[in-house]
Amino acid sequence: MLDVSGLKKVYEGSGRRVEAVRDLTFTVDAGELVCLVGPSGCGKTTLLKCVGGLLTPTAGEVRVGGRRVTGPPPDMAVVFQEYGRSLFPWKRVGENVELPLKQKKLGAARRRELVADALESVGLTDAAGAYPWQLSGGMQQRVAIARALAYEPEVLLMDEPFAAVDAQTRAELEDLVRGLWRQRGITILFVTHDIDEAVYLGERVLILSSSPTVVQEQLKIDLPADRDQLHTRVAPRFAELRTHVYEQIQAAKRGTPVDRLTKDPTSDTPPPH
Amino acid sequence: MSARIRYFALRLLLVVALPAVLVAAWWFASESSTDVYWPPLRTILTTFPDVWTGERLRQDVLPSMARLTAGYGCAAVAGVALGTVIGSYRRVRAVCEPVLEFLRAVPPPVLVPVIMLFAGIGDTMKIAVIASGCVWPILLNTVEGVRAVDSVMSETARSYGVTGVARLRHVVLRSASPQIFAGLRQALSIGLILMVISEMFAASNGLGFTIVQFQRGFAIPDMWTGILLLGLLGFVLSVLFRLVERRALGWYHGLRDASRRSS
Repeated sequence: MLDVSGLKKVYEGSGRRVEAVRDLTFTVDAGELVCLVGPSGCGKTTLLKCVGGLLTPTAGEVRVGGRRVTGPPPDMAVVFQEYGRSLFPWKRVGENVELPLKQKKLGAARRRELVADALESVGLTDAAGAYPWQLSGGMQQRVAIARALAYEPEVLLMDEPFAAVDAQTRAELEDLVRGLWRQRGITILFVTHDIDEAVYLGERVLILSSSPTVVQEQLKIDLPADRDQLHTRVAPRFAELRTHVYEQIQAAKRGTPVDRLTKDPTSDTPPPH
Repeated sequence: MSARIRYFALRLLLVVALPAVLVAAWWFASESSTDVYWPPLRTILTTFPDVWTGERLRQDVLPSMARLTAGYGCAAVAGVALGTVIGSYRRVRAVCEPVLEFLRAVPPPVLVPVIMLFAGIGDTMKIAVIASGCVWPILLNTVEGVRAVDSVMSETARSYGVTGVARLRHVVLRSASPQIFAGLRQALSIGLILMVISEMFAASNGLGFTIVQFQRGFAIPDMWTGILLLGLLGFVLSVLFRLVERRALGWYHGLRDASRRSS
């Protein structure tokens, strides 16, 4: 569904040349939920913007459903970290969700249906008439998720969506995303700096090296599909996986990869670059 | 309920108190005045209804208001349109900014004789004078507002296919609207001043013209009523403006209060 091959992004300006992303290659299958983690400042956002068609890569390409991305693809939705700056404060919640649908030239009846359905699935049916700033941070991010759902994307990009909410809300939102993913079968690429979150949510975790960025390791998360905050997070396997990811990230910061997770037969890490 | 009524009564009292004191002070200070140029307020107020009803309302007040509306409207449309273009493109901004700063610094009243040369002395001249003075605060504020559109909002709009006219309408202009309104508010008082000034130069009717006529004819109380009327007019316009602004920028005030509470 999502193919990233040889992606490279170099920022050039005022005599400085910053290689943010060196060479990234990975794929996300249709209906898969993949988490991207990496040390802070490793170009996660750059990568996501290239995937979302908001930035043009210096080399390499991104394909969504086989089509090459040159601008924001119509079957892709993005949830940004800064919900307060991503929702339009002059529009009510319902209008925020509806605006992209108007651009898609959908009929009024269909739009109403999609808006109501999306708001219901994030538990905000009653908030349609409120302004975003009247809601709590967690609820605002739910609105942003509802807007993405109503857009009916094939691929959903989430850029550290829960970095700015408190821990309890974050746990709720994680379960919401996982629930929606299982219900709707959307392909999700979830960028985070939170290792626990990546392991808890993902079917697969891509560990990025520090900048200039390459894929350090791809790790299959062989936890059961039914996950919950209480049991999954104390499962021994969860601890092993998160420890491994943690070590990899520490190694990425130092620049020396550690050994592969030995007990895991399903890990599909490619040979190191 | 009674607390609410008390609250409103108190607010009304606060709003009315100072004007009442000032008017009373004027009233008593001028009570026994025999100076021709400072007639008692009593005389001014009794003259007021005779001067500003009937014929004069139709022939002077309404034409003045029409010119103000036309000039202000032209300035608003031109200012917002140009400001949006200039604010949207960095290159255009770089080219225009020095010129804009210069033009803005020219005091609008000195343009009256210039504009008279090519627009004559009719209504076109007065509308042009009002528009040429009002346009700058609107234009410059719009430029700032459009330039300050949040980058995350822009990217959100782009990734959801909100581009072109829709982006302008739903994102850029709405986001810039607090600044645009700030410009419109400044322009309103400038407009009123220029309306009067342009009518003092070459006119056969209008408020500015009439006030000058009264002064030249030594109809001093009548002249004072004109000044009072202008003051009242400015007050009413600013109240109307506030009402419109409160409707259009309700979201902005709410947002500001919300972020103030949380921080």
